Formats: sequence, structure tokens, C-alpha cells
Amino acid sequence: MSVELDVFVGNTTIMDKEVYQLWLNGYTVNDAVKVRIEGGVMEECEASAEVLLSDTMDQYRTFQMCERLLHHPAKLANQLLFQIPPDRQAMLIERYYAFDDSFVREVLGKKLSKGTKKDLDDVSTKTGITLKSCRRQFDNFKRVFKVVEELKGPLVENIRQHFLLPDQLARDYAAIVFFANNRFETGKKKLHYLTFQDFAFCAGQLINNWTLGAVDNIMEDMDVDLDKEFLQELKDLKILITDKDLLDQHKSLVCTALRGKTNVFNEMEANFKNLSRGLVNIAAKLINAKDVRDFFIDLVEKFIEPCRSDKWTSIDVNLYLTHYTNSVHILDTFKHHAVWTRYMGVIKSCILRMYHD
Amino acid sequence: MPGKLKAKIVAGRHLPVMDRASDLTDAFVEVKFGNTTFKTDVYPKSLNPQWNSEWFKFEVDDEDLQDEPLQITVLDHDTYSANDAIGKVYIDIDPLLCSEAATVISGWLPIYDTIHGIRGEINVLVKVDLFNDLNRFRQSSCGVKFFCTTSIPRCYRAIMVHGFVEELVVNEDPEYQWIDRIRTPRASNEARQRLIFLMSGELQRKIGLKVLEMGGNAVVGYLQCFDLEGESGLVVRAIGTACTLEKISSTLPATATHPSNSSPSKDMKEPGFGEEAPGVPLSSGPPTPLRAQTFSSFSPSKSYSRQSSSSDTELSLTPKTVGIFLFPSTPALESESSPLPSAHLPHHLWPGMASRSTTPPPLRLSQSDTAILRKSVSFSEELLLAASGMGSGGSAGKEGGPLKALLRQQTQSALEQRGVSSSSEAFVRTGEYPFFTLAAFPPGFLLHVGGVVSARSVKLLDRIHNPALGNTRSYKLLDWNSFTADEPETRDAWWEEIRQEIKSHAKALGCHAVVGYSESTSICEEVCILSASGTAAILSSRFMQDGPLDTEHRLSRQPLCVFSTGSERVEGDMGSSASLGFEEVVSPGCGFCHIPYDELNIPFPAQLTYCYCCRRYKVPDVLFTTIDLPTEANVTGKGCLIQARLCRTKKKAQGEGNATVISNLLPFLEYELHTQLMNKLKLRGMNALFGLRIQISVGETMLLGLASATGVYLTALPSPGGIQIAGKTPSDITYEQHISNMQKKINDTIAKNKELYEINPPEVVEEIIGSPIPEPRQRSRLFRSQSESSDEVSELDLSHGKKDAFVLEIDDTDAVEDIHALLTDSPTPAGFYSCNTEIMPGIQNWTSAIQMFTSVRVFRLNANLTNQGLNKIFSDLCENLLKSLYFKLRSMVPCCLCHLNFTVAIPEDELIQVAVTAVAMSFDKEQLLENGKQSGEKTLIKAITENDEQLQFNLELNAETSAPNPLSSPKGLSEVGSHPSARASSMEKASPLPEGRSRSLRSNRSYSGSSVAVVKMTPLSFIPGAKIIKYLGIINMFFIRETTSLREEGGVSGFLHTFIAEVFAMVRAHVAALGGNAVVSYSMKECVFMENPNKNQAQCLINVSGDAVMFVRESELESTSVQTQSATTHTSNGAEGT
Repeated sequence: MSVELDVFVGNTTIMDKEVYQLWLNGYTVNDAVKVRIEGGVMEECEASAEVLLSDTMDQYRTFQMCERLLHHPAKLANQLLFQIPPDRQAMLIERYYAFDDSFVREVLGKKLSKGTKKDLDDVSTKTGITLKSCRRQFDNFKRVFKVVEELKGPLVENIRQHFLLPDQLARDYAAIVFFANNRFETGKKKLHYLTFQDFAFCAGQLINNWTLGAVDNIMEDMDVDLDKEFLQELKDLKILITDKDLLDQHKSLVCTALRGKTNVFNEMEANFKNLSRGLVNIAAKLINAKDVRDFFIDLVEKFIEPCRSDKWTSIDVNLYLTHYTNSVHILDTFKHHAVWTRYMGVIKSCILRMYHD
Repeated sequence: MPGKLKAKIVAGRHLPVMDRASDLTDAFVEVKFGNTTFKTDVYPKSLNPQWNSEWFKFEVDDEDLQDEPLQITVLDHDTYSANDAIGKVYIDIDPLLCSEAATVISGWLPIYDTIHGIRGEINVLVKVDLFNDLNRFRQSSCGVKFFCTTSIPRCYRAIMVHGFVEELVVNEDPEYQWIDRIRTPRASNEARQRLIFLMSGELQRKIGLKVLEMGGNAVVGYLQCFDLEGESGLVVRAIGTACTLEKISSTLPATATHPSNSSPSKDMKEPGFGEEAPGVPLSSGPPTPLRAQTFSSFSPSKSYSRQSSSSDTELSLTPKTVGIFLFPSTPALESESSPLPSAHLPHHLWPGMASRSTTPPPLRLSQSDTAILRKSVSFSEELLLAASGMGSGGSAGKEGGPLKALLRQQTQSALEQRGVSSSSEAFVRTGEYPFFTLAAFPPGFLLHVGGVVSARSVKLLDRIHNPALGNTRSYKLLDWNSFTADEPETRDAWWEEIRQEIKSHAKALGCHAVVGYSESTSICEEVCILSASGTAAILSSRFMQDGPLDTEHRLSRQPLCVFSTGSERVEGDMGSSASLGFEEVVSPGCGFCHIPYDELNIPFPAQLTYCYCCRRYKVPDVLFTTIDLPTEANVTGKGCLIQARLCRTKKKAQGEGNATVISNLLPFLEYELHTQLMNKLKLRGMNALFGLRIQISVGETMLLGLASATGVYLTALPSPGGIQIAGKTPSDITYEQHISNMQKKINDTIAKNKELYEINPPEVVEEIIGSPIPEPRQRSRLFRSQSESSDEVSELDLSHGKKDAFVLEIDDTDAVEDIHALLTDSPTPAGFYSCNTEIMPGIQNWTSAIQMFTSVRVFRLNANLTNQGLNKIFSDLCENLLKSLYFKLRSMVPCCLCHLNFTVAIPEDELIQVAVTAVAMSFDKEQLLENGKQSGEKTLIKAITENDEQLQFNLELNAETSAPNPLSSPKGLSEVGSHPSARASSMEKASPLPEGRSRSLRSNRSYSGSSVAVVKMTPLSFIPGAKIIKYLGIINMFFIRETTSLREEGGVSGFLHTFIAEVFAMVRAHVAALGGNAVVSYSMKECVFMENPNKNQAQCLINVSGDAVMFVRESELESTSVQTQSATTHTSNGAEGT
């Protein structure tokens, strides 16, 4: 005595947001039913566990059938199989492409390859996110990456158009794609304190300022790669540390400006040359792809950690970096103002974002 | 060459990858119609090909246009091997043949493959140029409109209701042909799909011919069914109600007198084609000069030409048609036109036809021939008059058990047959079967309802091997060169028997007509149960044409009546004309409840009382019907779905033995279903059932019975007594205790239900009026707190001496089971209501939120279950399904599940399949007062009815003044002929508006516009909050889906889920391509699911139908609707005054 077949098909496809989320989270039908029972939906609607099971199975089936459409969200709008109101469609897509910050931190900057996918079970154990959900999120990253990799034009806009994602989510995906493409190292222990949103912010800065698309709107080029010419020019900044006069001049200008405005003035003064060397060296090395990967590690090691050990507040850091950046323009022998501004603008905002516990 | 079909293939999208190497497809398209095929170029290497082809033109007979679908096949070009088919699209071009429907088919249609399902979409453009065909020997019936809707479609006005049309076509099932043993299943399924498309087309054309013959131009309540008889073939049969409809031009309220009455043809198609609508000119045309002109220029009288063509061989194949319409149903002049002068119009136009028209209709020689040849395959004919609708079975039970009661009913009905009143006889002459597939009627149409009549017959399917039998049929269908081994006459004869039975049952109830009529079959191996049921009724003669014989009665000579649906303007007084031609003055709210039969000679045990509304006529204590609740009915409280479910085991048997076993079981099954219904009805404190549908399904080892209906409390009927439990041997105390406990439970349930459904009959009114109320239910008094108002025994009340509460005796196990069944029905959750009819009594204020759905469950049983166990399982299955639905739709609360249509089947031994299609509609909680207010108004109206005579007189005057009919009088049309048109014109101006109800149903809440592509689907005939402005044609689609990778597709549930979703998608796409945005009267008529899990295979057949429509939101019509609304209320009140 058993139900052999049990289907429910509505002219307008019925989808329960709660069950959708459970499905996305990779719960099995039985687990999902348990969660729903605990959620109290049964008392609310005078339903039995049997009814709940049937409903959950049905919804799961619907989602599975929809899944292949969700892989190409644009298709969802002009497919004929399911009649789904536009707001529902948007919800489905947004939730399908949503990801867990803890998961993305694990794969951020890694190559989106089969190898990485194989390691997902480790990620799953580590993060407590079901393997199924991990796979979905990973596949989403990969799918978005593959599509926009080849596309010209602004990255965020491409993602938004091809995957019909809301703005914020599109930006996050842009960051993921950008990190995956440039293989930024994010997994080192020293970087663990950083959240995905920190990185996403930095990625946004880099995309907006350091890629080719950032300076001119030539459609042929892409947002995923850093502007090679700019990286080349960054080497010219080395003069700031190699030229002894310039370095001293710079220091005195900064110190004059900072004196009396901060409690850690002494530490600033003492560390100026170290910090400056650190930042300029990062700039000079960015032309090597390998050093690009270590960009965030370098920022932390060369700047953030020293400051933190001296107990700078973020206000201090902000003050310091502002004056550090601006003073360069007063140096009469320094010629590379544009490159400096472009470089320091990003560095400053990245550091400020990353400067927390 | 009367038609040119043009098709253009524009583009494809989302095509599947056919070439693994390139991940692309080289697609091209074959466009086939009849035997002509065109091809597009190959569009290489694309999944979104842009063919943008030329117009492919097919020059074909309109007969073919009706029969054949346009077949579009998308293929993948392959240089070295055979081209791979990607999928097909069948396009029914019938909607393009009718001037008032769609003009072009254009849009993205899913490409469908029986194995892979939907594989991308194709954008096509299809048009038809029809040339006016003057050849009246033709076999086509282009222009006849078909509607699934079982009421007069919303934007039409019925000029005349002609009556019952039926037809069936038979063919071999490709699945069972020997050639298909070597064909792949896919090819065979393709062939089946195509064949059924062809057969449906042919069937529709033939029905259309009959309609034309009757002088109609439309079929309403068209019900087409398939019988998959297996080895013995495939039967496609259809029934419907022939009508003459006229489109209401919503922009021009003054249609009646406006010359642009014929505008439908103008704004939609080539002028003139619309005029092909047969019969219309004579019967409906307002007597304006223009109208007359158009008529005389190119409109042959179709009924006229039909008459003559009936001598054609093709028609004599279905000889019954001729027989039925010996008294032709058009304004009568055509057939009997011989005495008419030659100035008769058609004659005038086509002199060659004159002689033909005067020849009497040909005799049915062919039938008698075939009758001899017809092999008598029916074995056991157990025709039952079951559940005749009234009389509490309880008293019958007390008197001596189920069978006795049944037998008595049967014998009595047999007696009654002879004693039919002459008035009904006159009516019956109009057609062989005075049946109507309509379930809802314009106010005033339905005078009295007798009760449910049903007949069943068990037949043995047998293959007929003599191919000579089929000779008279056309074999166009069978292009794989096979003869039809079966001939339709056998099946025809079977149905004829059943219909005769129904007819005689109706007579026994003193009724001359059967409304809400439907037919169904259940097949298991070689045994087939044919069932038919309907509601015996007396209809107002003014809506019918009575035939030429009824001349002695003045009023009956005005056969025409015009009623309109959705009409914008109505004069209130017109409603009262419903009493025309009927001696008695009937009040609208209760009139239909009054018994039509002779109370001294009741065909079955029933308790009669005086009507609780008017106190003038007798009403039964309980009323069962298959129709929708009449809009004008006085109802107390709300309604609810009531189901009786029954499962009976039977022994496995073969052939005749099996048929015997089944026919022996049937009466018990029916009786028990009836008892269950009655118990459940009383438990809910209600006294009438509407939309009753009893389905009996036969399997190898069991019989399933499912009766669904909507229970209501009709104010006119007496309040139902309680249910009392009695033990026969009240010996020991625990037993007594047990009984009283149960009694208490039952009483509590009744009280709870009364509260839930807001049943508070206005008992005070009874006392004021002080009318004779018959002997009170003595026992029921024990349970009802209020004492009966009056105890005086009326001398007039001769019907009974021992009426009382319903008594259940529980000394046998059956009764205990019954009571358990009663009490296990769980109540619907808060905020939910359910019914299986079009509308829910007591709920008016629908919002625009609707959700149509289909749910299917298959249940596997354990072997060796007892009847009792089976019953419980089956009942639980239905209950759980309902619970699941409530849960699924909880976001729509407060809401009502309307038109809950359960279909049960036994696909295999030990499997029970239940399929439900319904629509959930939200409503606003406020405005619940409306109901009470309405009934108040209704009582007021009663007073008005006294004035009927006067109004009637006015009407007469009206008719006379408009009588100067340029058409009829000069041409010398008979009096009979001229009256209709005069009547039509006068009444058109002021036709009552039966849509008043639906109007009030609709909310005026503004609706946020959604995207254009949305297609609504509903099993109802209307869309809340919207106005249907155009009917685009009937949707009738048949699909087969198979799989050889069941597990991979998500098992049986995954497979069926996908398939149903695909079917919905295809229906929506075709409707959108016709230019529509909704399907109304949608139904899934067949869902045959077969699986073979061991082989990882499954197969499913689905047949769906509905009416494609275009609607506009009422909010968009706001400016006009304010005015209309007030007019409507006025009208509906007026209509109730009849």
C-alpha cells in the first residue's frame, strides 16, 4: 500500500520560497520535511506530515525541472514550460545564484577547475554547507566565469545582463570572476580574518581603476585583466624609495602634516620608510603575474600588520595614507603623478577596507 | 477548391543539439497538409535558425481543412544518413475557418516529440483564405462554432437552442495493428497522435453538418471523448447542443436594430464568409434592409441545403441523423417547405434546388442494412435507473433493502413511460433525444427539475472481422492502407439504447427534457461500461422550436427566444417573459424545484411538501441534479463538495462471465453511492446536490465508484432532518452507550457544519406565512432545537404518513462502516471552500487571482483486501489528495476550489489512479452581506410576478410593431417563419441578461498588469474580474508521451509531472498563437498512464480541451462598467421576476 505516483502541476507554477531555500541548501526531502515540521507550517495549515512530504517532493521535482533553465536565466523568461510571474522568476534566479560567504571564501581566487571541484567535500565538511549546495555554488561561479570570460565590455554589466542578477549580486560575481581570473591568493592564514565582502570591495576597486576598461571605454577590451601598460608604469614609482632625497623629502612632508594630529605619530615617523618601501615595492612588482597573486598578502604583511602592531586606529591609517599620497605631488622632481594617483587611490581604499580585526 | 491554406515558417529557437560534434543543429522544416508537403531550406549550424520561408500555399477542399491538421515537422539535415526528426507541431486550423474566431495563427509553438517532449519552439504564421462555396453537396461544415463551455458563451446570445447532436467515428488503433509490431513504438505513437487529430477533425466536421442541418450555427457544451478499446479499435465520440448563436457587439449596445449586426464578419474576415453562418439569416436577422440584402446575396439557407444533401451517400452512413430530424428543427419552414410558394428565398436563388428541397428526407435504408450485419456484441444489458434523485433512501431502506427500492423505481418508471403528459410529448417531437449538454441556462429557461436520470450498460467489446462492413465508410483516415474493421453502427446502437433509457427515465419523472447530459465509458480488457446521466427537466418552450405540429397553442408558435449573455443593455421587464407559453406563473428562485411529475403517481418514494418559498407548489425533500446551480435559485448559506466513494472487489473473470459479474455488482454500487451521498448531504444540513457526477470504473479485480457533487441548502426545500442511529437489538447498556455516543457525534457534526456553511434557514418566515407544512419529521425534532412551526396536517399532502429523520441502523457491519465513513470526512481547513460546479453558492466577490491545477495520484494496493479495507483506502486517498490541495494553495486563502473534477481509473490490477483538475479562486472576505440582501429582493419580486400577464402583453405588442419584416412578408414566408424573426428583433432589444450573476461575481478591484505572454487557464466558463470579448476557437489536443529511461527522468512522478507541464505549455502556446490570453472550460478528459518499471518504460496519453478566448480586465472597462453594473442589477432582478 503506497503512493506510487503523486504530482501536482499548476498553470502558474507554485513555488514555496521556504522549500526552495531548503532545496538550494541541499537538504534531502526528508530533512526538508523535518525542518518544515519544526517551522510549524503544519499547525498553521492543519496539514499532516504526509501532506508535507508530498508537497516537498513535488516542489523538489519542480525545482529540479527548473534547474536547467536557471543555468541560463535569460531562457527562463522566454521558455514556455513553466508559467512563472516575473517577480517569481527574479526571486528564483537571485536565490539560485546567491552563495554562502563562508563557501566563497574557500574557493575565492582558486582556479575554477575540476580539481577544485573534487576538493569540495573538504570545503563542505569545513564550512558545514552541504556538498550539494557547494557544488551548485561552485558550478554557478564556473558558469558565470565561462560566459563573461569571452565577453567584451564592462564585467558587472555583462554579468547582470546574462544572468539577470540584481546589481549587488552581479558585483559580487564580478569579484569572484576577477579573483579567479587573476588567481589572487586569499587562503593564507594571514588573510583569514578578511571576509568575502572585503575582497569583493577590493575587487571592485581594482576593476574600476586598474583594468583597461577603467581608463578608456574601448569595447574590445575587458574588465577581467589588469591594465598591462599601467602595471608597467608602476615600476617608475620605484624612484620614491630608490632616490634618497625624494624619500627624505616625502617623509618630512608627511611628518609635518601629521604632527600633533595623532597619538601614534612617533611610530609613524619611525616606520615611514619601511611602510613606503613596502607599498612602492608592491607597485613595482605587480608586472609579474605571480606577484599579482600575492597582492593581498603583501598588503597585509607590508603595511597592515606593522600598523596593527603599532596599534594604529583606522583613522590613523586613513590620515597617514591621505597625507602620504598627497605629499608626493609636492615633490618637485617626481613626474609620475597620474600613475601615483591611480595606484594609491586603490591601495588606500583597499587598505582601509582591510584594516580591521 | 474552396480554400487556400498558407503557412510561413519564420524561425526556431532553443532547438536541441543534434550534432554532437559541433554541438549544433542543421535544421529544416517540412510543412505538410493532406498529401502535399513543402520544405524549407536547411539553416545550417544553429540552435536558433531563421528560416523566414516563403508562404507555402495549399489549395484544398474545406472538408480537408476541417479534418486535417497542419503538420509541421522539424528535422535535422544529415548528409549521409536519414534526416533525424526533432519533433512535430500539429496545428488545428479549425479556428481559422470560422469568421468570428481567430484570423491568423502566429507565434512560438513548442516542437513536440513523443519521446523527448518539448524540444524548442518554432515561430509560424498560418492563414486561410476561404472562397465562398456555393456547392451544397459539400461535406464540410466550416463556420460552425464549437464551444466546450456548458452554458451560452459569454459574448453570444442564443437565438435558438436546437437540441442534441452526437456522432462517433471508429478506427483501428495503430498501437494494435500488426504493422506496429514491427514499427518502433515512437512511430506508432506518432501515428496514433496523428490519427486522433484526424478523427477529431472528422468528428467535428460531421457534428457541424448535423448542426447545419438543424439550422444552427454553433455547438455548445461540446464533449468529445476517446474510447481506447484496445484490440477492437479506437472510438472518438462527441455530443453537444446545437444552437444558433449571435455575437453580441459590445461596442454597440443597440445591436438589435443596428444594421451592422453582421459586423463580426466584417471586422474579422473577408466579408461574406461570416454570412455562411447557417440558419442565422432566417431566424435571427433583424429586419433591416441591409441585413436582407446581405442575406439574399450570398447566404444559402444551410439547413435547406443540408436537407437535400442528406440523400448523399456520405450522410446515409450515419442514418440516425436523418431519422432524428424528420421534424427539422429550424424555424421549420425549410423541410416542410413543399407547400410554400416558389418565392421562397433559397429557391429563388438556386432554382435547381427547388425540387430537391421538396423531396422528403431519404429513408434510412442503409441503417436497416447494417442493422442486420451488425453483430450483436452486447452481452448483458443491465440498464439501471439509479439514484433517481429524490426520496430519502432511508425510508426505502427501512422498507426492505436496497434492491427492492431500486426495482420498484424501475418498474414504476416503466409504468410511467406510458403516462407522459401530452405537453411534453409535443416537445419531444423536436428531436429524437431532447437532451442538452448545457449545465447552466439563461433565466427562465429551466422551469422544473425532476432529478437525476442515469443509465448504465455493460458491453463486451468484440472485434468485427468482416471488412465488408466498413465499406460504406470513408477511409481517408487510414493511409496505412487498412480497413476499419469495426463499424460505428455497433457503438451507435449501444449509445442509442442508453439514450432511449435516459429518455424514458425522464418521462417517468414527468419531464420532457434532460439537461446537464453527459456520457462516459470505462473499459477494462474487453468489458466496457457505458454510462449516461443527466437531469430530467421541463424547459420553457419559448426557447425551443416546437416543430410545425404544435399550432394549436398560440404561444408555442413563437419558438424563438432571444436571450443574451453578457449583453450590456437589458430591460428589466423582459425577464418576466420567461413565463410565456407556460400556464403557471413560476417564481424564479424556487420554480425549478417544483416537482414536474404527478404527485399522486410518484415514480419513487419521496416526501413532498409545499415549497418553502412560494407555498404554492410541491417540492421534494431532496433534489439531486447534474446541472449547475441556477443563478436565480434561492440558496441559504454556502455550498460544499460532497463525495461518495466506494470500492468493491470482484472476482477475476473472462468475457461473458466477467460482464455478468459486473452487471450484478453495479446496482449495489449505485445504491450504496446514493446512500452515502444522502448521508453526507444530511450531515452537512443541506438538501440538494448540483453537478452530480457518478463515475464507475472497472478493473480486473474491483469496481470503483466515485460520486461528486456540490451540496447546497435550497431555501425552497424543507430543512433536512437529522440522522438518527438505531440499533435493532438494544439489549445491553454498553451498546446503548455506544449508540448514543455516535449519535452525539453526528449531531455535533451537523451543528458544526450548519455554522460552517452558514445555513440558517429563515424559519420565522414560515410562521408568518402560515402555509401548510406537512407532517413534521417527528424524530428529527429530537435533534433540532427549534420546534417545527406548524403541526397541522394538510389534507393536500397525500404523499406519506411516516416521514422522519434519516435512520441508520447499525446492527450490521455495513452501517457501522457507513457511519465511520461519514465521520472520517475531515472538514476543509479554515478559509477554504470547495465545489465541483461553476460557481460556489454564497460567494460572489472573487478577486482576479486564479490558479488552475491538475493533480494525479496513483496508489498501489496490497493484495487480498476486504471491501471494507478497500473502501477506507480509497476514501483516504481522495481525502488526502484534497488535503494536499488545500495545503498547496494555502497562500490563496480565503479561496474556493471550484469545478473540482475527480477522475478515477484502475490502470492495472491493484492500482488506483485519481486525477483532479480544478481552479482555486481567491475572494474577498467582505461583502458577505450581499447574499442576504439578494434573497430579500427576491421575495419582493414575487409580488411582481402577478403582473406577468400585462408584461407579456406588452411584449406581444412589441413584437407586432416590429413585425413589418421586409424579409418574410413579401417573400411569402409562412407565419411560422415570420414570427421568429419578428420575435428575435423585438427581444434583442431587451433580452434578459443571464450573466447578471457572473457580473456580480467579478470584483472591480484593479489588477496590476502582467506580461502579455501570460495565458490563464480555468475549467470554468468565465474569468473573474474580466470580460471575455472574443472566442477564438476550440482547443482539442491529444498527446502521447513515452519514455524508455523512466528512472533517469525522475521516475513515474517526474515523467508525468514533466508531461503535464508540457501539455499545459502547448495549450498556452496555441492559445497565444490564436491571439488569446485564456482558456476557459478547460478539462483534461483523458489521462491514461501505463508503466513498466522493470523495463524502465512508461507511457501516457493525455487529451485536453477548452475554449480559447480573449478577455479584458474589467478594470480596463471601468468607464463603461459603472453604467452597466447598475443596469445589470436591474436586469437580473427583472429576470428573477419570471
